[in-house]
Amino acid sequence: MDLRFTADELAFRDELRAFIRDHLPDDIRERMRLGYSPRKEDTVCWQRILNQRGWAAFNWPKEYGGPGWTPVQRMIFLEENQLAPAPEVSSFNITMIGPVLIQFGTEEQKHRFLPRAANIDDWWCQGFSEPGAGSDLAALKTAAKRDGDHYVVNGQKIWTSTAHHADWCFCLVRTDPAAKKRQEGISFLLIDMKTPGITVRPIVSIDGSHHLNEVFFDDVRVPIDMLVGEENRGWDVAKYLLGHERTGIARLGKSKERVKFAKEAAHEMRANGKPLIDDPAFRLRVAQLETDIKALEITQFRVVSAYAKKESGKPDPLSSALKIKGTELLQATTELAMDIGGPLAMPDWAQELEALSNEPELGPAWASEATKSYLFLRAASIYGGTNEIQKNILTKAVLGL
Amino acid sequence: MDFEFTDEQRLLRDSVERLLADHYSFAQRRDYLAEPQGWSTALWSRYAEQGLLGLPFAEEYGGFGGGPIDIMLVMEAFGRVLALEPYLATVVLSGTALHLAGSAAQKSAILPQVAEGQTTLAFAHGERQARYDLSDVLATAKPTAHGWVLDGAKSVVLHGDGANRLIVSARTARERDDPEGIGLFLVDAKANGVARRSYPMRDGTRAAEISLSGVEVARGDALGEPGNAMPVIERVAEAGIAATSAEAVGAMEAMHALTLEYLKTRQQFGKPIGQNQVLQHRAAEMLIALEQGRSMAMLAAMTVGAPDPAERAYNIAMAKVGVGQASRFVAQNAVQLHGGIGMTEEYAVGHYFRRVMVIEHMFGDPAHHLSRLADRVQ
Repeated sequence: MDLRFTADELAFRDELRAFIRDHLPDDIRERMRLGYSPRKEDTVCWQRILNQRGWAAFNWPKEYGGPGWTPVQRMIFLEENQLAPAPEVSSFNITMIGPVLIQFGTEEQKHRFLPRAANIDDWWCQGFSEPGAGSDLAALKTAAKRDGDHYVVNGQKIWTSTAHHADWCFCLVRTDPAAKKRQEGISFLLIDMKTPGITVRPIVSIDGSHHLNEVFFDDVRVPIDMLVGEENRGWDVAKYLLGHERTGIARLGKSKERVKFAKEAAHEMRANGKPLIDDPAFRLRVAQLETDIKALEITQFRVVSAYAKKESGKPDPLSSALKIKGTELLQATTELAMDIGGPLAMPDWAQELEALSNEPELGPAWASEATKSYLFLRAASIYGGTNEIQKNILTKAVLGL
Repeated sequence: MDFEFTDEQRLLRDSVERLLADHYSFAQRRDYLAEPQGWSTALWSRYAEQGLLGLPFAEEYGGFGGGPIDIMLVMEAFGRVLALEPYLATVVLSGTALHLAGSAAQKSAILPQVAEGQTTLAFAHGERQARYDLSDVLATAKPTAHGWVLDGAKSVVLHGDGANRLIVSARTARERDDPEGIGLFLVDAKANGVARRSYPMRDGTRAAEISLSGVEVARGDALGEPGNAMPVIERVAEAGIAATSAEAVGAMEAMHALTLEYLKTRQQFGKPIGQNQVLQHRAAEMLIALEQGRSMAMLAAMTVGAPDPAERAYNIAMAKVGVGQASRFVAQNAVQLHGGIGMTEEYAVGHYFRRVMVIEHMFGDPAHHLSRLADRVQ
């Protein structure tokens, strides 16, 4: 056992670090550092720069346009990218639809979609949740009926992140309402968001942003060659997607970067006549957070190195633990940053700042953004399988209860 | 980065587990507790035969040249069965002090005897007023014509009641709390002026209050350079933290397994209580705490030998915090999920509870180490 990275791994890390340092546009880096969530154009710009270097599709094999990295290299990449801080590559494109098409797609589907997904020429969104099918995903009702060489899709999806930006949607639909088990009548379809009959309606979330949507399907005609895998076997595809290498799910680089920023911000603020960074209660809170991050980092190393050893693609049940603790930590970093801002974190002056860009600053932009992130990332323990569902998974898969 | 065990390490783990499976049932353990010294002398000889007592020592001193990962595997196995023998006191704590500070003559005189199971040692450093402050030493060592004379009192000396030899810290210079001016001395437990009052700790392991009045120590029995022992004492504490972290992981594993078994078998309202989601989720949270604790014990084992003192201290403090918090969570919930039976002396879970409680309060509790980590925040 050895905690240290090998010389090769260190050289790899340094290569990534240097590339990101030299190629990440300064304005994007600064916005990320201040805690803004990346704009669509930031994500596209950075993913294309990475793709030119062959790194955007970081977890794909070489033959499909990925770098063919090992699990350890992928982990290092995610961390370096988050530490920079740079926008993360689109998870819908890279860690979801990409691996699904590589595993289940036809040659034509791979050829048509993979290069465009890597270069984010297509922006993908995920049509899974429905009003009546959240944690109980198999309850989904959106129907797809065969009509000649098309499926006709009717129904509604919800919580569809960035559907308003999306060119394509990968969707779970019910193709056999009479199937004995609910899971057996579901198919996995790729739907062009420009198809007539699709309506996207915004959902404004508690942070004030428009990130989520409702998507309505009204007699939407989808060519049958947009089916991925076999008809009525879409549940297998979804399970593969949700279980596929979730080691990045802890987003530890992000949490580390946010703690680093919080410590810098705490030098600017004051408490009891001293810089906040010197406040004993604050220091204890940071120390606890850093300790918890360290523990999860080692757990992540264990999961990644076990994954590297077997490479069976079977998800490690401990990845549920990574999801739970990782999101808890990320949420804790947003609380920390907000609390550092204190009263200055409470105003919502983003619009005011943009409108009056020549006026003197209203207050530190990071403080207002910290609260926005705090509010937005309450979703972290809800999306990707709620943390309670993750505990159900651990209960069944590990504890056998 | 590598989280695999070597073949030798796997063999070691398997052989220790086999030995303990045969000899450390809960009932057998109760018999060992009832022996005069509170542990099994017969098993101590078996440990010697299997090479465990010389595990970390160099081959020239009858050892096997093992490292911190080997110690981790042994301590984890001991934690799973709540082993009572003075392995921590003798091999880990005193062994580390001798390894770091002992002369070749001292090592040749003592380590082979330890490896053969003929000598047990205790590290007599803590004092009643010191709590967790390693440099709070009042006991004194004054030079004489032939060596030193020791006076003072040592408190909660683990397995100090039965140890053949003591490694005693005492001030050769400076005042209380000064890290300079502390020495370590080898003292025969039967030497004139050594008095011991022994007692069990809350978990049944043994300890002693040791008073020293006018204890004569030969010049050759000073361990390392008198007055300059603090770096050694710190490393002994770090070795203790790494070893007990692994032991706590073993104990957490056992508590979690007992709890799962209970959730599957105990029936209430006509079904196993483990079918209640609130209990399932608690058990899942215990699993996460256990695995996070295991990660921290691995961190301790992988960094306790690191050459940079600052890096070592940082990682060890984090491990102590992480393992301590995890084990308190697992232990409290293990008792809670068992209900009444978890409160009883006759059932194992409460014994594990008390072992991790005692471990948590050795070498600095989580609050102590968190405060040290907080000092470094910048």
